[in-house]
Amino acid sequence: MTEIVRSASAGTMESSDVYVEIEPGEGGIELRLESVVKGQFGPAIEEVVREVLGQWGVENARVSVRDRGALDCVIRSRVETAVKRGRGNG
Amino acid sequence: MKGKVVSSIREAISLAGLKDGMTVSFHHHLRNGDYVLNLVMEEAARLGIRDLTVNASSLFDIHLPLLDHIQSHVVTGIQTDYMSAALGREISRGILEKPVQFRTHGGRPSDIALGRTPIDVAFIAAPAADPMGNCSGKYGKSACGSLGYAYPDAMYAKKVVVITDNLVDYPLLDWSIPESYVDYVVCVEEIGNPKGIVSGTTQITRDPVGLVMAQNAAKVIQYSGLLKEGFSFQTGAGGASLAAAKFLKDIMLRQQIQGSFGLGGITGYMVDMLQAGCFRSLLDVQCFDLKAVESIRTDPRHQEISAMHYASPSHRSAVVDSLDVVILGATEIDTDFNVNVHTDSAGSIMGGSGGHSDTAAGAKLAMIIAPMFRARLPIVTDRVACVSTPGRDIDVLVTQGGIAVNEKDRELKERLVAAGLPVLDIHELKEKAEGITGKPRKLPRGERTVAEVISREGTLQDVIYSVPGQD
Repeated sequence: MTEIVRSASAGTMESSDVYVEIEPGEGGIELRLESVVKGQFGPAIEEVVREVLGQWGVENARVSVRDRGALDCVIRSRVETAVKRGRGNG
Repeated sequence: MKGKVVSSIREAISLAGLKDGMTVSFHHHLRNGDYVLNLVMEEAARLGIRDLTVNASSLFDIHLPLLDHIQSHVVTGIQTDYMSAALGREISRGILEKPVQFRTHGGRPSDIALGRTPIDVAFIAAPAADPMGNCSGKYGKSACGSLGYAYPDAMYAKKVVVITDNLVDYPLLDWSIPESYVDYVVCVEEIGNPKGIVSGTTQITRDPVGLVMAQNAAKVIQYSGLLKEGFSFQTGAGGASLAAAKFLKDIMLRQQIQGSFGLGGITGYMVDMLQAGCFRSLLDVQCFDLKAVESIRTDPRHQEISAMHYASPSHRSAVVDSLDVVILGATEIDTDFNVNVHTDSAGSIMGGSGGHSDTAAGAKLAMIIAPMFRARLPIVTDRVACVSTPGRDIDVLVTQGGIAVNEKDRELKERLVAAGLPVLDIHELKEKAEGITGKPRKLPRGERTVAEVISREGTLQDVIYSVPGQD
């Protein structure tokens, strides 16, 4: 399990990018999603964010995702970077 | 000299006999720097006039005060060829009871001339005018170059008011619109903000995706069979379109091909091509930047043309009928090559045809240049939300991921394949993009019709619905 011990962020608010913020949380993943393509891709974005968090063993965190139309590969890399910046012993 | 100068816009409105239920018109050469439409509508509101229809060749965000006039029923109808996003968003919410009527830059003058959309009073912003109403866009602090879109208004409106901030001695030479059409002249302090009227030179894109698109576009033209002595060309002012023009210029200079004319919407890059000898002339319905304004003022090879001469389908001929190649944009294009330039991905109005449909219909090769996807949304869809230009008039779609040729253009397809260009079926291109972005879910649309898209021939081509949750 990876513990998030500090607030961290990754990405930008540029078009086709995503800005991910992560901070310590309790009782699971609390995900807030804002996206310019929420209507078209909202559930798909949420799924990939939770998948990456799961891969890195993050079980408790507050995560804010502000998406400007990023591709999956971009979302994955931004979430992974935010986790690495916010985790303990890292 | 008797003179037609009156003391104020208010007086001109009264003398012109503007009354409830009438139609007023405006041109858009001052673009997002225009003060004239707002000044006139404000006075009309103060005079208590209601239920006006505004017929404008385009509307920009500077015209947002129109929203107040809609609220107060001063304005109850809008006819235009283009509407920018901030206004479009409100129209898409359904604030206007009557649907907006969208026309094309050729359809507007055609319908005015045919009496389908009569104008009671035309207000013509003029960067230079004399006391009898001879006027021009080429001179003065608010210079905008061509006044092409104002011609039908001047020629066919029942009353014509010229509004200038640069009243010169009679006669103003090198006029665009002659005094014989003009009833009244008003001199105001400023007709517009020069910063919004003409832009500085738009930079050629440095985005690698845009450059690949532009290179593909130039190669399509090179191998289309059309690039030869006498070639004619129009392109947009977007970064990728300009880059395509730059690559095309290199090819034309290398192969020593001189074209007959460049058409548009003229930018500094087209002026560069003229000066480099790529074209014998420029035919200009609207100047986009300072370099174009300077050129139309000083270079006799750079000619102003009226909206009718540019693109009308019902006059005896128009320049678009002689056009070889046009490069156009799209917010989306479907597998039948129908193009949407009216609404964004949420279905909200953010544009309009302008000369899109007219040049596509006239040109021998109508090319759409667009990225495979923008902000995760694929450019190719099953069905566009709004048909701005019908697929029968579009020949080829150029993206960074491949080139799709309309089925009707078998010969073009063979030429491009033979030249080794990356030609794909448009369905394959759609799948390729969706393989990267994922398949977007279709958004629901609202119930109300907020706009009608009228074809250049004057028939109803499509309708635009309200955006749900907002209607």
